[in-house]
Amino acid sequence: MAGGTIELRVTRYRPDRSPTPWVDTFRVPYDDDTVVLDALNHVKDEVDGTLTFRWSCRMGVCGSCGMMIGGEPRLSCGAFLRDLAPGPVTVEPLRHFPVLRDLVVDTDDFLEALREVRPWLIPRRDAADGDGEGRQTPAQVDAYRQFSMCINCMLCYAACPVYGQDRTFLGPAAIALAHRYDMDSRDGGRDVRRRILGRDEGVWECTFVGECSAVCPKGVDPAAAIQRSKVDLALRAWRVVWPAGAGR
Amino acid sequence: MEDSTHDVVIVGGGAAGLRAAIAAVEEAPDASVALVSKVYPMRSHTVAAEGGAAAVLRDDDSLDLHAADTIRGGDWLADQDAVEAFVAEAAGELQRLERWGCPWSRDPDGRMAVRAFGGMSVRRTAFAADKTGFHMLHTLFQTSLRHDAIVRYDEVFATRLLVEDGRCRGVAALDVRDGRMRCLGAGAVVLCTGGAGRIYRFTTNGAVNTGDGMALAYRAGVPLKDMEFVQYHPTGLPGSGILITEAARGEGGWLVDREGRRFLADYIPGKMELGPRDILSRAVTVEIEEGRGIDGRHGPHVHLDLRHVGEDVIDRRLPFVRELARDYAGVDPVRDPIPVRPVVHYMMGGVDTDAAGRTALPGLFAAGETACVSINGANRLGSNSLSECLVFGARAGAQAVRDARDAGPPPANPLLALARDEARRLRAAYLEREGGGERVGRLRGALQEAMEAGAGVFRSADTLLAAADGLRGLRERMGRVALDDRGAVFNTELTAALELENMLDVADAVVAAAIARCESRGAHARRDHPARDDARFARHSLATRGEDGPRIAWRDVTITRWPLAERAY
Repeated sequence: MAGGTIELRVTRYRPDRSPTPWVDTFRVPYDDDTVVLDALNHVKDEVDGTLTFRWSCRMGVCGSCGMMIGGEPRLSCGAFLRDLAPGPVTVEPLRHFPVLRDLVVDTDDFLEALREVRPWLIPRRDAADGDGEGRQTPAQVDAYRQFSMCINCMLCYAACPVYGQDRTFLGPAAIALAHRYDMDSRDGGRDVRRRILGRDEGVWECTFVGECSAVCPKGVDPAAAIQRSKVDLALRAWRVVWPAGAGR
Repeated sequence: MEDSTHDVVIVGGGAAGLRAAIAAVEEAPDASVALVSKVYPMRSHTVAAEGGAAAVLRDDDSLDLHAADTIRGGDWLADQDAVEAFVAEAAGELQRLERWGCPWSRDPDGRMAVRAFGGMSVRRTAFAADKTGFHMLHTLFQTSLRHDAIVRYDEVFATRLLVEDGRCRGVAALDVRDGRMRCLGAGAVVLCTGGAGRIYRFTTNGAVNTGDGMALAYRAGVPLKDMEFVQYHPTGLPGSGILITEAARGEGGWLVDREGRRFLADYIPGKMELGPRDILSRAVTVEIEEGRGIDGRHGPHVHLDLRHVGEDVIDRRLPFVRELARDYAGVDPVRDPIPVRPVVHYMMGGVDTDAAGRTALPGLFAAGETACVSINGANRLGSNSLSECLVFGARAGAQAVRDARDAGPPPANPLLALARDEARRLRAAYLEREGGGERVGRLRGALQEAMEAGAGVFRSADTLLAAADGLRGLRERMGRVALDDRGAVFNTELTAALELENMLDVADAVVAAAIARCESRGAHARRDHPARDDARFARHSLATRGEDGPRIAWRDVTITRWPLAERAY
């Protein structure tokens, strides 16, 4: 069993105090079960009530508590101190986002991009009207399921060098969620979303680094969603330039 | 002071709040609906619901059977007219979510699959693997994005209901990002802030579940109903309290003692692992008290054994259980049993509403776990609450917008004065207060300990009176809180203090109602009053805030077609 104390080096920022961030060091107790989030809560409750971070479910599903831990984007509720011992452990706000305060970042870009990609079911033209239950086979669910697992935790944006360069890029999670609906057998909105994904700040910006998929805590593969959307758009463009039958 | 006016203000962005918002704009497409939440909606605790949502979806089921199961599960304290409305509308709501894209798990023929759940006499729980709440919440949130009439106020914390001339006319709310008070006027307000599990130390609930809506209503004079009924879920991970879904038992999992024996044979042989949560939580507690548990680092527990269920079923239908058990308990359920013990999960009680979501205060509505309609009575059946959020969220949202139209726009000046008064209160109580020395975190810990010790799975007059004493002491210490943080931007120490105020109010109501109910019914098990007493207590408790603590009144339960009977399984 691990245990003892470990040092956290936490990047702090308070816009009402100073324009520059600084680093505070806290020594915290830990055992086998302690995650970075527990340690931050220990500091807030017992040592320094000004330390500021977001969290709620502490079980890896609400997506609130993403931060840079040891230089990697991670959920703090899933980062065990036993695995980071002997430390010190650096804790910083998620990279690439404007910092509101301490470990809290502004993710409004994502919320705008999300609305932009129409992440809702646009019924197929041939969909039956009215009430009742639509059908979908298990295989049809499997076609989009992994892309529906995104918890909007923003780790993929912190890992994405393209978003780091250009914050107008729709980004991995928004594109994965667009793809989630494109791949849904009940959805007929692919043409609408193509116009958005095909724009300059859409899928073409991605240089296929693949870091987004590597850091996803839920096994979503945004890189694959982006790649598949590019193929779809390319085929579509080809058909426009070279309509069916034109070769004859 | 930021000032805005809407037709309806909805507080809370979980399943009930989002469903209410969509229902309101569908009911009145030209209406403006504000969705005010202290966190981004997809962080709401609906996200953590795992097992499923109940409705009558199959030919082997009937509305009467779902109603009878719900009433029996609730130990005859549910209002039967509300239950009948609930079961009639639940299937339509789940199908509506299907059309909005919810990735329900499916049978091979493409129908929504259903699984077994505790206290349900047939399979009627629809599910999306074991992340049903997560998928429902994201489906609702993403669907809400298509409605421009829904105006979101994310990370805005409602601290006071604005009541003018006997009608609720909006909320005063702290914008966490900049620390400014907002005055949100409306024709009607709907509270959908979820439960209050955080008043206990050991809970499945996330940090957000601090009873905010219940406390807002209570402080405005609205009664809280049946607050003594706190649901312990039988299977939480020791230490963290992380939920291991009832679906693990629905898919065939066993509860076993240190000898590997399925001890529920001694308690509820007719249902075994598919018994209702109150009975199972008491059984586990007794097993542990009598020494048949397994000793662990976080104290004694029992085992949830899934090994015989098989890796294929676990991976297909319970993947999150496997992930959580591996990450947070260090066991792989394919090979090892999972350590579990009872953990606070859900409040059957809440803001007293009728079946349209109306409260005693005109213009104020509530839905979801915040509300007590009551369909859950003294003990909720697992998988009824997600459906409840949809059915009564939709009802409250639609009713609120109709009601708001009838009431007309709110008066601006009196509301602004009330909101300014609230801003002054926060400054005086926290941001500009000198002296003190009490820390929010310590007081919250003491509150949670008092509730755990005094108002747990089993209670008695002694433990409850001790808890009441503890709460009085904490209220006094609350007057000496000194914040480290006096800043305006994202002051989460201030919001934690405001949450603690709410938790204290809710805890007061829980303890007072538990003291007054001198019987055992559903989740309320009094060791000094072990029998159910219909002559005195086939009634709802109503806690109203008084100068010197809660006052308890009573209201008869509504019986339509299921007369009071012994709760046999």
